Amino acid sequence: MRRALTFGLIGSIVAWHLSLVGLVAAFAERWLIGQSLTFSYVVLLALILLVGYLTARRVSDWTGLAGAALAGLVVGLALWILALIVTEVNLRDAFVAASPSLAQILTFDRGVSVPSLAILLLIGAATGLIGGGIAWIPATGRRIVIGALSVTVLVGLLRDVLGPVLPPFLMRFLFSPGGGLSLPGAVIVLGLAIAIPVMRSGLRMQRVRQKGVLPARVLRRRRLALRALGVVFFVSFPLWAKLFLSNVADFVGLYILMGLGLNLVLGFAGLLDLGYVAFFAIGAYSMAVLTSPELGAFTLGFWTALPIAVAITVFSGILIGLPVLRMRGDYLAIATLGFGEIVRLLVLSDWLKPHLGGAQGVTRIARPVLGPFVIDRPQEYYYLILIGCGLGWFLSVRLRDSRIGRAWMAIREDEDVAQAMGINRVTAKLLAFATGASMGGLSGALFASLVNSVIPQSFSLLVSINVVALLVLGGIGSLPGVLVGALALVGLPELLREFQEYRLLVYGAVLIAMMIFRPAGLWPEETRVRELEEAAEEARETARTGVVAASQDGV
Amino acid sequence: MLLEARKVTKRFGGVVALSDLDLQVEEQTIHSIIGPNGAGKTTFFNCVTGFLVPDEGEILLDSQPITGLRPDQIARLGIARTYQTIRLFRFLTVLDNVLIGLHPHVHYGILDAVIRSRRYHRSERAAAREARELLRYLGLAGKEFVVANNLSYGDQRRLEIARALALRPRLLLLDEPTAGMNPYETGQMITLIRRLRDERGMTILLIEHDMKVVMNISDLVTVLDFGEKIAEGKPAEVQANPLVIEAYLGRGAASGLGTIAAQAPRDESMPNASS
Amino acid sequence: MVIAWAIGSLLLLLVLVGSYRTLAAGHYTGGQWFDFVVFGLAQGGIYALIALGYTMVYGVLRMINFAHGEVFMSGAFSAFFLANALARRGFLASNPVLSLLVLMAFAALVSMTIAVILERVAYRPLRGAPRLVPLITAVGASFFLQYTFRGLFGSGVRVYPTVPLLEGAIFGIQTKLIVVFLGALATLGILWAFLTFTRTGLAIRAVAEDMEAAALMGVDVNRAISSTFAVGGAMAGVAGVLYALVFAQVQFFMGFLPGIKAFTSAVLGGIGNLPGAALGGLVLGLVESVGPSLFLDGLGIPAAHQLKDVIAFTILVLILIFRPTGILGERLGSRV
Ligand SMILES: Nc1ncnc2c1ncn2[C@@H]1O[C@H](COP(=O)(O)OP(=O)(O)O)[C@@H](O)[C@H]1O
Ligand SMILES: [Mg+2]
Repeated sequence: MRRALTFGLIGSIVAWHLSLVGLVAAFAERWLIGQSLTFSYVVLLALILLVGYLTARRVSDWTGLAGAALAGLVVGLALWILALIVTEVNLRDAFVAASPSLAQILTFDRGVSVPSLAILLLIGAATGLIGGGIAWIPATGRRIVIGALSVTVLVGLLRDVLGPVLPPFLMRFLFSPGGGLSLPGAVIVLGLAIAIPVMRSGLRMQRVRQKGVLPARVLRRRRLALRALGVVFFVSFPLWAKLFLSNVADFVGLYILMGLGLNLVLGFAGLLDLGYVAFFAIGAYSMAVLTSPELGAFTLGFWTALPIAVAITVFSGILIGLPVLRMRGDYLAIATLGFGEIVRLLVLSDWLKPHLGGAQGVTRIARPVLGPFVIDRPQEYYYLILIGCGLGWFLSVRLRDSRIGRAWMAIREDEDVAQAMGINRVTAKLLAFATGASMGGLSGALFASLVNSVIPQSFSLLVSINVVALLVLGGIGSLPGVLVGALALVGLPELLREFQEYRLLVYGAVLIAMMIFRPAGLWPEETRVRELEEAAEEARETARTGVVAASQDGV
Repeated sequence: MLLEARKVTKRFGGVVALSDLDLQVEEQTIHSIIGPNGAGKTTFFNCVTGFLVPDEGEILLDSQPITGLRPDQIARLGIARTYQTIRLFRFLTVLDNVLIGLHPHVHYGILDAVIRSRRYHRSERAAAREARELLRYLGLAGKEFVVANNLSYGDQRRLEIARALALRPRLLLLDEPTAGMNPYETGQMITLIRRLRDERGMTILLIEHDMKVVMNISDLVTVLDFGEKIAEGKPAEVQANPLVIEAYLGRGAASGLGTIAAQAPRDESMPNASS
Repeated sequence: MVIAWAIGSLLLLLVLVGSYRTLAAGHYTGGQWFDFVVFGLAQGGIYALIALGYTMVYGVLRMINFAHGEVFMSGAFSAFFLANALARRGFLASNPVLSLLVLMAFAALVSMTIAVILERVAYRPLRGAPRLVPLITAVGASFFLQYTFRGLFGSGVRVYPTVPLLEGAIFGIQTKLIVVFLGALATLGILWAFLTFTRTGLAIRAVAEDMEAAALMGVDVNRAISSTFAVGGAMAGVAGVLYALVFAQVQFFMGFLPGIKAFTSAVLGGIGNLPGAALGGLVLGLVESVGPSLFLDGLGIPAAHQLKDVIAFTILVLILIFRPTGILGERLGSRV
């Protein structure tokens, strides 16, 4: 009972927060299924589901379900009260989102009335109950259900994106003309999203039962097939994806490249660089200065400028790295942040304007030329970026599985002991910094050429935060994690325009939530899982007792 | 003389952790350092390995001064250590732990790593072989892919030694290697330390609280108290030295030196009294 | 390290040359320098108040509360609405002193609440985790708070109502700067008294000194940590109102720069060291105000004031490189 009220109250606060920051209203136009369910409602329903789930979790009898329903009811009530307040009191001077239209959304256009209250309470309780029910499904089933629901929502959201890609007859069938999935479409997507993983796990069980474990040969063949499929997918992407998608893919790619670079620094060597944007900026500005006729300093071609730009970035990485690498971890983070800001302020200044273009930036940056062929469309840049990412990935893997990677990991785990093992921490860290910088620089140089101009605003702290956040989401130190993180944090918001406004709000929430609940990320590397789970466990323990574990003796 | 400390002094604020300490370690011997808790034993290890720089005095390895060198440089000169409280790379596998110890002996550059040259493959294979051999030597064969954190306490201690041995040191510093071990494990550790000297020709500097171990295996014993050397000699001589007995007795517990401690709890400031 | 020292010496040389040439050129009058100094002190007082929050939290938890700048922002921002209401009723004009006190109390309360919630929700579950984990969380919290405020109150700049009393000048010094500086000093005094004479203050200091020992002595560590955040938050709230008096506007992003600068102040004075944080704040405020004209003008750099943040960040980086223990020495208890 108390538990239910507590969760209901927390849920209510979150619901109020979502409504008042304008997120609910922003999604009111985004139809998900026919013209009956908007993404606004999906967000609120998901919240209530979660509240119900959390309430019923670890309570094994019917009181769990009752509690879940009660908690959902509380959230429903809170939403109605919010609608009431918004209608009765004019808060718009302060709260920009507290408009009558918010009340309309919250009350399903019925106004603040008894019927709308009844509806809200009913929906709250029912959804809470369903959420509680989800808690009762065994873990594998739960994962499938949650996954399928998310996939359905995602497909519904991405209607405009899929539009140009899917064959028209399929589009007509799956989606309703006004927006969102059609009802049969939703059912089919949901059904598929449930059936496929169920079948797969069934197949695996069967195979395992027949032969024990899968033989290595089968596994290898399957891995090869998967890789081939991946290659085909990535290479053919611009052919079927249209302009808009290619554009988005380019940006995701640039962030993947940066993510790979920062991953070397943060994931492998354990150095939190909050000023990673500096390398992106230096790469971009090098490209600009070296090629743009505007500044007139140099007018090199793209291919000549590219290696020089990367070399300059590596050099600056060493220059920035040398002084900061001796600092303790958190100081390093702030010092690098300082460097990042210094770089931005310098390129912005009038002082360096003759050389770097000042606030207006630099335009007319060189395009890559291949024989008679000029690369200037996003679909073409895509391949350049793809090659860059491939290179970054390859380099990461090769370095990780070498003595260099081991040295980085040793430093990450225990710097003192690493030194006692004969590892020179300065060279090892510098190497991480320089390699990481090179990828940032490459990304920056490609970016400058792609958008054909650079302006200081593109190189704010937010870029650094972006990259850190995508690493955290995917799993710090994990290469596939970089991909997942970039797709989710860069790709999704690009696709969903309404999301842009709330991007950083979501980043912030992601950073907090991931660190607390899933420090290893969505797609973690094995080592980090162990480490972070352990640390989280310990932390929970100390938080309970309020005492930090005794520090070590010696050194 | 493999290692020589000359008038080494180290202060922490007002605390004099080491004062004018002279110490000489002969090649291929087991040299123990004993003394009450806080006597400065670990501090001495930290000075030798370069984590602390002595305020005064110098330390020589093979008559070459090593004071002021970085820890990694000293490690490469052939000094390896273990820690009083185990400090493994807890979340890496057993094999990786040892491979990291081999770091100075795996020679290839970034380019080799990136293109996986023949040199890379050769070095990595050799390293893996050596690491497995070490693990076998320490009785950890078959646990290569276990995460260090999941090993038993005794195994963790052994792994720490394996990792230290991977450096191919000439001088091995062991900081209370039997702390927290049961009598059986302690016995095994004694055998191991002896074998390191006899089979591998290693020199061992040992901090130890368990008097049974000390008396059993030391060639020479140095006694520290408040950072000063108060006695040195063969185990039997030290055992009989009234100064030593007083240093221990002075701490208020009624116990004698040389009594056999079945098990020395970790934070015991003195050798256990029994019987 | 050699390179670092070389860079450091070079910068010092540039500063000296720049200062000499500026003074020799006589670009600025004595009165102008005086204005720079006064403004710097007022600004420094604000930095000092925010810096205390950083330094206290670092002293207790060894963590950089990156979101502290947003705690400051939230106080300033919330007080804006109250100030507006007061101004509309004419209360701000008729009872300026009382109004200001009320505003500060309100901002302190809001900031305090947010700081405490922040600690409870975002940091406490991570206590004892590796250092970078709470730092990343704090960065997340910082952005979460910023964009929550943006979502709630919009992204535009809101202009604070003016307080007629503060518009004049005393002895040629703007009244509001005097009030801000004295207000900061008074708040520092209150903090000092609080930490010295109250039980809670004692508990905070005990936990900062040695958390384990404090726990063994029966100090409720969780409560002490909450109090630390509360006190730090309150100071940041007061700083928010003072800031608004000087700059007369609030915006959701306003916490970022003062936050970083206050952190710089804390490190400058020696992290964990309370008088150090106050001193560091004043020094940074002064350097930032006087610096661009003094150091950079002489070097022939145009629009030198654009680079005032560069100066602050450079100081931050230099201090972290060359003297991470700060001017007065860091004071961290017996851990690390
Ligand atoms: N890093 C340090 N900082 C301050 N004091 C230290 C440090 N390391 C050791 N000490 C002090 O030096 C003295 C010797 O400690 P230590 O060498 O650890 O003793 P032992 O290993 O013999 O038990 C103790 O008083 C201890 O508190
Ligand atoms: Mg010791």
